[in-house]
Amino acid sequence: MTDQLYQDRIVALAKAKTGAGKLTAPTKSARRDNPLCGDRVIIDVRLDDGGKIAEIAHQVRGCLLCQASASALASVAVGRNAAGIEKVRLDAERAIGREEGEAGEPFAAFAPVRSHKSRHECVLLPFEALKEALS
Amino acid sequence: MSFDVSAVRRQFPILSQIIDGQPVHYLDNGASAQTPDAVLDAVRVYETTSRANVLRGVHRLAERATEAYENARVEVATFLGVDPMEVVFTGGCTAAINLVAYSYGSLLRAGDRIILSELEHHSNIVPWQLLRQRSGIEIDVVPVTVNGRIDLNALPRLLTPRTKLISLAHVSNVTGTLVDVHAVVTLARTVGAKVMLDGAQRAPHGPLDLPAMGIDFYAFAGHKAYGPNGIGVLWAKAELLEAMPPFHGGGSMIGRVTFAETTWAPPPRRFEAGTPPIGPAIGLGAACKWMRGLDWKEAHAHEMALVERLMDGLQKIDGTALFGPGSTQNRYPVLSFLLDGVHPHDVAQTLDSFGVAVRAGHHCCQPLMDRFDLDGTTRVSIAPYNDNTDIDALLTGVQHAARTLR
Ligand SMILES: Cc1ncc(COP(=O)(O)O)c(C=O)c1O
Repeated sequence: MTDQLYQDRIVALAKAKTGAGKLTAPTKSARRDNPLCGDRVIIDVRLDDGGKIAEIAHQVRGCLLCQASASALASVAVGRNAAGIEKVRLDAERAIGREEGEAGEPFAAFAPVRSHKSRHECVLLPFEALKEALS
Repeated sequence: MSFDVSAVRRQFPILSQIIDGQPVHYLDNGASAQTPDAVLDAVRVYETTSRANVLRGVHRLAERATEAYENARVEVATFLGVDPMEVVFTGGCTAAINLVAYSYGSLLRAGDRIILSELEHHSNIVPWQLLRQRSGIEIDVVPVTVNGRIDLNALPRLLTPRTKLISLAHVSNVTGTLVDVHAVVTLARTVGAKVMLDGAQRAPHGPLDLPAMGIDFYAFAGHKAYGPNGIGVLWAKAELLEAMPPFHGGGSMIGRVTFAETTWAPPPRRFEAGTPPIGPAIGLGAACKWMRGLDWKEAHAHEMALVERLMDGLQKIDGTALFGPGSTQNRYPVLSFLLDGVHPHDVAQTLDSFGVAVRAGHHCCQPLMDRFDLDGTTRVSIAPYNDNTDIDALLTGVQHAARTLR
């Protein structure tokens, strides 16, 4: 074996399935597909009066990286508005080397994806779906 | 077995590479196969001794280039068992199918019907949908059985007097299944429909006798058949090519051009507008010659022995399932499998860390994936240069994925 893309922390995030499922009464939902690999993410959010996320759920039909990313995102999304989610996305992009700077938790766990360019979109797909749901 | 796989391997320089301390276990031949010295040498000889444009010059390099290009056509024709004047060089398999959908398609009328199958590659679906938009033809779809075979029992009731063409994958790029050509041709004849085969996954496994198959059109890609990229082939019966208008317009495909009217060159040049991919065509000619030099009875037996080893090994790993036939009959060495609880991309990525190259995903067959409600599969596609070590490395990787990713 040559590399450790699937490090324990990423596998653990995926297995935790934080936020996996649907909301019964979402304020908004959005679905994003990656036509290249067929990954698909549906995100439901319930927003409070200030436009902040009160509840979030995701259904991922995709690879482990996409599942881990959705799970990590759900674990830090509550209480954030669109701008707050952009900060989390910056962490994810820093972790995979798309942006300069040090990534905060929990996305620092995605550093092993850095050298696998073909998998970057797997990590970012849940952010794309959430961005649409919040727009 | 007398098949000397190491002698074959030695002809493929890329296979002796060590990457990050690991040998290359290349099992993604269905996407693109590797290329032997014979092909590399033929291209190099052209580029270093005969490089010039074809059909246009009187100087000696132009004459050499034209001769080499036309010799390549003869090599391809010999490989297919056909007349060289029926062989059209295209940019690829996709380009060849688009050519038929456009040029033969322009002879069809609104309400005419064509038949495809549920397991077709997008390149044998979308060109027909474009034709449907242009001219109002109808598309009928033959379903696929649970074993990943085109269900020919369902074909008769799709046939109508308006059915003009049946276009099917000769061998599936997902399940490796071989279509029963004789049955298709026999049924097609009852309504006078033409038959086209997408041979992308069959051509890499040895010479063909297209006239004996009774079909009308055949397409394949050079890069999957040990040749260069950027070249493909369309074969069609002479009378069909003769009746078809051009696809692209430009140099070389004309008889005489005036602004009032232009006449077309006879086939195959009518369909080769502009400067063709000369070096790649010469390389493909060399690849066809190289393939003819193999003993395919032995090579096929070798490939299928590897499929058996693979199927046996997968069976021993908990949670694996084949998608496609569980036997080695009427199929070629392309095999898809699933690992319960692990996404195909994660299987393929894990295999890469063991030096094993496979393909994962929908394989440009989304309708087939939808039909079986699959996210995708992991696909192993085997060539004559693969050996037991390739299969064993793959099985080790799948075991590792099963252990660590679920
Ligand atoms: C069955 C089948 N048809 C057509 C194609 C298209 O070939 P190309 O992309 O080389 O034009 C492929 C290759 O992916 C294939 O497997």
